[in-house]
Amino acid sequence: MTLQVTGHQWWWEITYQDPSPERVLRTANEIHIPTGRPVRLVLNSTDVIHSMWVPNLFGKRDLLPGLQTVIDFQADKPGVYRGQCAEFCGLQHARMGFLVVAEPPEAFDAWRLAQLRAAEAPKEPERQRGEQVFLRSSCIMCHQVRGTPSAGRVGPELTHLATRQFIAAGTLPMNRGNLAGWITDPQSIKPGANMPMTQIPPRDLQDLVSYLEGLR
Amino acid sequence: MSVTESDRLKEQEEREDAGAPRDSTADEAELHRVLSETWGTKPGFWGWITTVDHKLIGRRYIATTFFFLFLAGLAAMVMRAQLAQPEGQVVGPDLYNQLFTMHGTTMMFLFAVSVMEAVAVFIIPLVMGTRNIAFPRLNAFSYWVFLFGGVMVWGAFFLNIGPDVGWFAYVPLSGPEFSPGKRADFWAQMITFTEVAALAVAVELIVTILKQRAPGMTLDRIPLFAWAMLVTAFMVMFAMPSVMVGSSMLIMDRLVGTHFFNPAEGGDVLLWQHLFWFFGHPEVYIIFVPASGMISVMLPAFTRRPVFGHLALVLSVISIGILSFGLWVHHMFVTALPQLGESFFTASSMLIAIPNGIQIFCWVATIVSGKPRYATPMLFIIGFIITFVIGGLTGVMVASVPLDTQVHDSYFVVAHFHYVLIGGAVFPLLGAVYYWFPKFTGRMMSERLGRWNFWLAFLGFNAAFFPMHLLGLWGMPRRIYTYQPELNWGDMNLFVSLAAVVVFASFALFLWNVLYSLRHGEPAGDNPWDADTLEWATSSPPPAYNFAHIPVVTAREPLWAERRALPVAVGLRTDMRELVITSVTEARPELRESSPDPSIWPLISAIALTGLFIGSIFTPWAVVYGSIPLTIALTAWFWPKGDKEDEA
Repeated sequence: MTLQVTGHQWWWEITYQDPSPERVLRTANEIHIPTGRPVRLVLNSTDVIHSMWVPNLFGKRDLLPGLQTVIDFQADKPGVYRGQCAEFCGLQHARMGFLVVAEPPEAFDAWRLAQLRAAEAPKEPERQRGEQVFLRSSCIMCHQVRGTPSAGRVGPELTHLATRQFIAAGTLPMNRGNLAGWITDPQSIKPGANMPMTQIPPRDLQDLVSYLEGLR
Repeated sequence: MSVTESDRLKEQEEREDAGAPRDSTADEAELHRVLSETWGTKPGFWGWITTVDHKLIGRRYIATTFFFLFLAGLAAMVMRAQLAQPEGQVVGPDLYNQLFTMHGTTMMFLFAVSVMEAVAVFIIPLVMGTRNIAFPRLNAFSYWVFLFGGVMVWGAFFLNIGPDVGWFAYVPLSGPEFSPGKRADFWAQMITFTEVAALAVAVELIVTILKQRAPGMTLDRIPLFAWAMLVTAFMVMFAMPSVMVGSSMLIMDRLVGTHFFNPAEGGDVLLWQHLFWFFGHPEVYIIFVPASGMISVMLPAFTRRPVFGHLALVLSVISIGILSFGLWVHHMFVTALPQLGESFFTASSMLIAIPNGIQIFCWVATIVSGKPRYATPMLFIIGFIITFVIGGLTGVMVASVPLDTQVHDSYFVVAHFHYVLIGGAVFPLLGAVYYWFPKFTGRMMSERLGRWNFWLAFLGFNAAFFPMHLLGLWGMPRRIYTYQPELNWGDMNLFVSLAAVVVFASFALFLWNVLYSLRHGEPAGDNPWDADTLEWATSSPPPAYNFAHIPVVTAREPLWAERRALPVAVGLRTDMRELVITSVTEARPELRESSPDPSIWPLISAIALTGLFIGSIFTPWAVVYGSIPLTIALTAWFWPKGDKEDEA
């Protein structure tokens, strides 16, 4: 299995390669792998040099702009392994974490199928309003939720955001409060991050967070 | 007093200037008066800025480097305060990145290399038995350039435009796209300043050691500190140009739009790393080799025997100098390297442990077979051996690729290089300051404070840095301004930060000891340690002319071989500055060479050069405009003064 990992200041873009284009999966900051199978990570960077390191699975390998590097590894035990950028890459080098989730092959296949699906249209009125807030605001300049008109590719892809355990590259546990805090003032949590502060009225923010929380 | 007079000197005397006053004729008091007049520095501010006396320049060089050490130490204390607890709020990421950049940059460029050269500027001409360093005006120029470079980069820091890209300034992070503004440019120009200064001193040391040795100091009688400095100077000559080329290419990428390091236009980001580490690894040994020379030259005084394995130590130092250029790639094991390259550089990295091991064995053998006297310098030597062996062992560990990919850029490596740099270089340096302080100032440092200083430094250092090995193995990367509480690194980091306070206190105590002893220390006498090398053959502090008569060396430990009085060579003129130039291998006197008088032009040239360097941070045209005052200053500096030699 081959994954393309692209380093960004300061998050990880992960693309599951597949011969058939509709099975290519793009996600961020959380790598799922099947246990007991060799995995190849093909590394590259679009900005500065980063370095990928999961102490309990493999040593470091740099992500270099203009060059391709490779990590081959295999996880034998299911579990969640934390990783972090190991090459100084600017202001938020400290907050460039990620998770590797190793699960049995069946669970992994199910996860991958679920991730490939586009986001379901929200049913609750609150979440429907939230979707409108999302599509109206500056979020879509950088982010994408497949199944909606949003198509930003600058920031992490959000189609199944709520299935991830952390937001902001391993910085905050995924929950309502952290989502709201991150959207309104990312610069106090991760100063220098490329996500700007967004002014959203409190009602709309609640709806937006409900919408995002439902992206499973 | 037995008098050895070289035939050739005599011949020269008869041929050219037979009537001139010489040090062979005057009585001692008269000689002192005349030589002081010839070699002395004028009192007052003018004398201070024009002096070319290697002792005055060496002393201010040492003081300046220690000033930068304290600034960098303060930066480290702020960083430790920030890391003492998870999600610390002492400083933000922007300031933290500036702090660790300034800490590393200052320690490597403004302290470690410079202080070793500074000590050598003071000590080497005395060890060689000569009256001044070679190219004394270049020496003055070197100091001013160094000072202005250091002031520039710290000035930038205090104006909140200090560099924030790490002491290694990897591209593309330090390139125009990801470091807009002028911060990285200040870093790159600081490199240019300090490397010009370091290269100048390297040239002076090589010439002083090869051509100005006391008559009779054949190659096999050169003291080990001088051997170490000779090797270091050659390493500086070959290593520093690499980083200067690199930093100049970086500045051109940033200022005039070249693309050396821009992969989008065919540049290469790894080229920077090769250029940087081709300098950066020898740099480590440029710091360590002088320290090893200090150990070798201090040990005889405190063990009452010549150092064990003199030849082995010389050959070790030379092979370290050569091998250190063949292992830079071990800093790049986690980039894209071919496997053969990894194997080669693993092997070469392990190979250098052999000459280092030989040195350790020689020193241990000296201590075991001697009668050790545990004064403060000796305590620092023992502390050095313990700490450096630990740092060396982790060094062999990180040379192995599979292990290195885990510990690279983690706190394990932070621990490793502080063990080799503080344990391997700063401990010997502190010992050497205690050892040579009487020669620098005429007074002894306090032994009681010295013991406190050593034990605080040794215990505090190990308490602060040993746990970092563990933090690294637990996964803590370097250069992070904070970490999350769930990672459970908090307790250990708090312990490290508290121990760092002890280390800082030990340096504060050292500073206090220096200041206290300057005024109240016991007067030292010429040779308080009963040491064997020539710097102890003159008074403490030495007179402006160093030696009333040039000593003649008859053995490897000249002061122990000639207990009653050293044989001397006479025939130098006393009414003008003259040195004896000797042959490279046999140290046979070859000719009398004049030594330059004080001059204001080194300072003015340094100011002009500073204008050019700082201006070129902002506009490439500064190189054009700035070269005009520089040309004027250099022309004045080298203008023939009308004496016979200049016109020959």
